[in-house]
Amino acid sequence: MTFDAIDTWWWPYLFILLAGWLATDMWRFLGVYLGGRVSEKSEALVLVRALATALVAAVIGNLIVFPSGALADVPLWVRIFSAVVGFAAFLAIRKSILAGIVAAEAVLLTAIYLFGQMG
Amino acid sequence: MMQTDPAPVHAPSDYWRWYLRGVVASASVPGLILTSAFIGFGGLAREAGLTLLQAVLMTGMIWALPAKVVLLGAIMTGASLPAAAFAVALSSVRLAPMVVALVPEMRTEKTRPWVLYLLSHFVAVTSWVLAMEKLRHVPRDMRTAYYGGLGGTLVLVNMIVVAVVYGIAGSLPPGISAGLLLLTPIYFLTSLWGSSRESASHFAMLFGLVLGPVMHVIAPGLDLLIAGALGGGAAFLIHLHRRGRARA
Repeated sequence: MTFDAIDTWWWPYLFILLAGWLATDMWRFLGVYLGGRVSEKSEALVLVRALATALVAAVIGNLIVFPSGALADVPLWVRIFSAVVGFAAFLAIRKSILAGIVAAEAVLLTAIYLFGQMG
Repeated sequence: MMQTDPAPVHAPSDYWRWYLRGVVASASVPGLILTSAFIGFGGLAREAGLTLLQAVLMTGMIWALPAKVVLLGAIMTGASLPAAAFAVALSSVRLAPMVVALVPEMRTEKTRPWVLYLLSHFVAVTSWVLAMEKLRHVPRDMRTAYYGGLGGTLVLVNMIVVAVVYGIAGSLPPGISAGLLLLTPIYFLTSLWGSSRESASHFAMLFGLVLGPVMHVIAPGLDLLIAGALGGGAAFLIHLHRRGRARA
């Protein structure tokens, strides 16, 4: 039952529809239905936010440690160093996401240029 | 004052005008940063082996970027449909309270429910932040039209961005291609930290960053769910412990 388990044209779309659209929009629709009945400050929501944050963070960790494509040809330490510098720049410059992205990309591209690791 | 008008009657052109103002409002700094994240997603989707149509449909149907990146991650690690759906659902729970907060801002006595259900599809972090900031300056009965313009434009523009990036990603030099693939993790590394309201989310993020790769080696296929449950659960326990001490 994986994404490429069934060899038909429609299976990937069904996969995206069920695991993607339904799994996302059901929460939005629940939100409309509930209207103003849920407090944003409840403890249950703190747990929900913590679980969701850890889950997305796990994906980020995997994208940096086990990347695909051209990023996989860059040494692990360069990838981690770029991410750390980007995050530090984000914290240092008024929590600007743009600053973090620019700093991380600058480190990565400089390292690739200096060491010629991309061949 | 707009609200004090007894029973304002609007011409269709009024709705169009506010819809178009919503369209214009989507061109903003948060919108620009979001687009850079979708540039990264376009490259990532291609590397994950998705077709162009699948990548664009995923953008339109899911819209929330964390859910898309989780689904992509699940597809790449060979997760089954139930495991992938569960991971995506878990990453999207936060949309419900966001919609709960947004709906009272837009609803009037005359608003039809299907309009709200349709508009709720546009809710993701960026459009929500923009809406919460700008809706209060929009006349109440024009807010659904305004948000339709704002949210709808963000979705449509980024579907086009994903299609274009997917199309050119194959012909980029390797260095640029590597930079493209780094965009998504850095975007989330920073935006996730910035949007966290409590320290529990900060701990959850640190745990998840480490547990993700560790579980990827130990339990591929279920790595995201295990890392999310362990990391999020541990962060919540720390939260309870600290709150308990603060009260004592």
